[in-house]
Amino acid sequence: MTQSVIVQVGQCGNQIGCCFWDLALREHAAVNQAVLIDMEEGVVNEILQGPLRDVFDSKQLITDISGSGNNWAVGHKVFGSRYQEEILEKLRKSAEHCDCLQCFFVIHSMGGGTGSGLGTYLLKVLEDEFPEVYRFVTSVYPSGEDDVITSPYNSILAMKELNEHADCVLPIDNQSLFDIISKIDLVVNSGKLGTTIKPKSLVTSSAGTFKKWQEKPFDAMNNIVANLLLSLTSSARFEGSLNMDLNEISMNLVPFPQLHYLVSSLTPLYTLADVNVPPRRLDQMFSDAFSKDHQLIRADPKHSLYLACALMVRGNVQISDLRRNIERLKPSLQFVSWNQEGWKTSLCSVPPVGHSHSLLALANNTCVKPTFVELRERFLRLYKKKAHLHHYLQIEGMEESCFTEAESSLSALIREYNQLDATKSMPVEDLPRLSVAV
Amino acid sequence: MRIMRGLSLRHLNKTETAGPGAVIPIARAVLVDMEPKVINQTLSKAAQSGRWKYGQHSSFCQKQGSGNNWAYGYSVHGPRHEESIRNLIQKEVEKCDSLSGFFIIMSMAGGTGSGLGAFVTQNLQDQYSNSLKMNQIIWPYGTGEVIVQNYNSVLTLSHLYRSSDALLVHENDAVHKICAKLMNIKQISFSDINQVLAHQLGSVFQPTYSAEGSFHYRRNPLGDLMENLVPHPEFKMLGVRNIPQMSENSLAYSTFTWAGLLKHLRQMLISNAKMEEGIDWQIRPPLPGLPNLSKMSLNKELHFNTSIANLLILRGKDVHSADLEGFKDPALYTSWLEPVNAFNVWRTQRAFSKYEKSAALVSNSQFLVKPLDMIVGKAWNMFASKAYVHQYTKFGIEEEDFLDSFALLEQVVASYCTL
Repeated sequence: MTQSVIVQVGQCGNQIGCCFWDLALREHAAVNQAVLIDMEEGVVNEILQGPLRDVFDSKQLITDISGSGNNWAVGHKVFGSRYQEEILEKLRKSAEHCDCLQCFFVIHSMGGGTGSGLGTYLLKVLEDEFPEVYRFVTSVYPSGEDDVITSPYNSILAMKELNEHADCVLPIDNQSLFDIISKIDLVVNSGKLGTTIKPKSLVTSSAGTFKKWQEKPFDAMNNIVANLLLSLTSSARFEGSLNMDLNEISMNLVPFPQLHYLVSSLTPLYTLADVNVPPRRLDQMFSDAFSKDHQLIRADPKHSLYLACALMVRGNVQISDLRRNIERLKPSLQFVSWNQEGWKTSLCSVPPVGHSHSLLALANNTCVKPTFVELRERFLRLYKKKAHLHHYLQIEGMEESCFTEAESSLSALIREYNQLDATKSMPVEDLPRLSVAV
Repeated sequence: MRIMRGLSLRHLNKTETAGPGAVIPIARAVLVDMEPKVINQTLSKAAQSGRWKYGQHSSFCQKQGSGNNWAYGYSVHGPRHEESIRNLIQKEVEKCDSLSGFFIIMSMAGGTGSGLGAFVTQNLQDQYSNSLKMNQIIWPYGTGEVIVQNYNSVLTLSHLYRSSDALLVHENDAVHKICAKLMNIKQISFSDINQVLAHQLGSVFQPTYSAEGSFHYRRNPLGDLMENLVPHPEFKMLGVRNIPQMSENSLAYSTFTWAGLLKHLRQMLISNAKMEEGIDWQIRPPLPGLPNLSKMSLNKELHFNTSIANLLILRGKDVHSADLEGFKDPALYTSWLEPVNAFNVWRTQRAFSKYEKSAALVSNSQFLVKPLDMIVGKAWNMFASKAYVHQYTKFGIEEEDFLDSFALLEQVVASYCTL
């Protein structure tokens, strides 16, 4: 069995990671490998005092006191070089415990300082030290109303690193997660006749109860991401009739090295307590995976162009159900001309706790472009005025060229997506084939 | 990926039937996979049956798969594990009294079965150049298994064409339809599909009499099959059709005559139908003397499936009374072989599975041209945009290798088209 090592960096990364382990323990008894990194003590200390304290060995932690001050440069340049050796040592130790290390999962946010700066510094380190191990990054992108003024700087600097050193990125934004939990809340509290929800089935709940999420929305939101990570690794952990390893995700979903950003959706968000689950419910699960309301980032895959799509199904679902639904949904989706049947599928027989079946959809789709375009615009607005720039430039190793290079890297990426979008309305023609003498 | 030497019960290491204290037959097989889950499942499932099992040390496993990457299976796993796999096979070969050949079961869509399978086949050609090799390949569903399945298939087929003696092809789409329409299975699982595949294999390789009028069993079915069906190395693609195929419930209400079964089977061959439902009876072989107007064209819907050679295998009651004239019609075949050589029949009075009378037809015909042409076309479209190519060049399969593969397969398509 292959293993992955989770690297959780920064406040956001560690909070999500914590939810992940909580859920993972409910699925398994086994302990996986983790390295927790934060430049502030608060979050990591909380984890160490919480119910998961036995899961983490204190030797797996790296903390500092002052934090990165929401400054990518501090996280990347200052703490990067300061802690490189220590981080490497802990990573090597974790890797040694693995029977067969297949993947590093890095969890972080883009808008802050530690997760963004140090998190992306780590990617380079991982690439150099463990070149054969895949690097999957779950990145939380800043939402529209974001309280960190310098988040556009941090995000764009981090984007360049993701472009160059990540194998696969799963972008997520807080607004989308928030909208999802609002929707769940509507159903839970609507009191509609017959809509009793199975307690353990909420994708937002770890303790299996209807938490008062208004007080602690991040808990609920983080649980969604944790569920995403668990589903990603389910095929490696459990048996099924059509297994899918993480290296297959990269192989099938990344047609060109730069285009490795995957939009994800998880369904169902909850299970109704009905014992009878008619096939219509199963089909509904597939339909929902493509709706813009279920994506973990603000994106509408149905109205953009698919390069490739993976459907990872868990539970009591057969190959015929999967194929029937693909046939049904295909006509309403647009795939790029050279990948008209760009579907990758997997079946894992063990569903998540509280569900009879579930679906994780990963789309390589041009619908991710608006997020990047907006990021660039917000960056340019700030950069034109040179606002707050001195905080970055005063860090050794930082120059204005870092910013301009980051901006061109992002622009190049956006251009790639534009070129693909331009092919959307063109008719699909077969190319002339090789002619051979008979 | 599984390598087996002879599938009939006679060729198992121990042939006593299981009973208290009796020895359980061990399959003469080598199992190879680059990740452990499936092999473990397979080994325990076999052992649980209580009627047969795999040898204790007959499998080779690694921890991490090939990631659906043909290049990884062929260029990384292949050389890395060449010796271990070769030793395993060698051990099995040494247990044989008389080795007829190798039967390699693999899929085309993934990375291990396809890439490592191709590598191992090449190895077998080098090591055992006097033995026959037949590859059973699983043709993937047209849509939705693996995105790079067309690349993997093109690379597999071109390599196997160079190193294997015959390719016995099973199409997932066809088998799926059999499960749906004939077996009436509502929620089809891979287990159902594999049952049908096993039935098809069994219908071919279970023992038959060695000659007309003889009651001794055929000693080398693999060799005989190749001799009958593969007269020319350019034409290696074989397919199997079975009749009847139905669920237990339907069977209770059916009776069969050889005349009826063979009539349907013949039309299935001519019209390239994969099962006995929905056969197009309009298609007819060309009339003798007249030019063949319905010469194979990839664009025409209605065309007649020309055969190079056919092997009919009959099992069950009154098997010697079956009238085979329909299959000896020269109009069914190309002109190279005398009809008496193009058509062969194997028989046994022993019924197969639950069918009082059953027939299997193994053909070397144009049946696979359309599916092959489709796969090559799709792979070519994808290759033109260079999509995913970096995943292959990363492990040593260059654009040149792709082009060579395309050229070889276009040649195969053209050759079969002009039969």
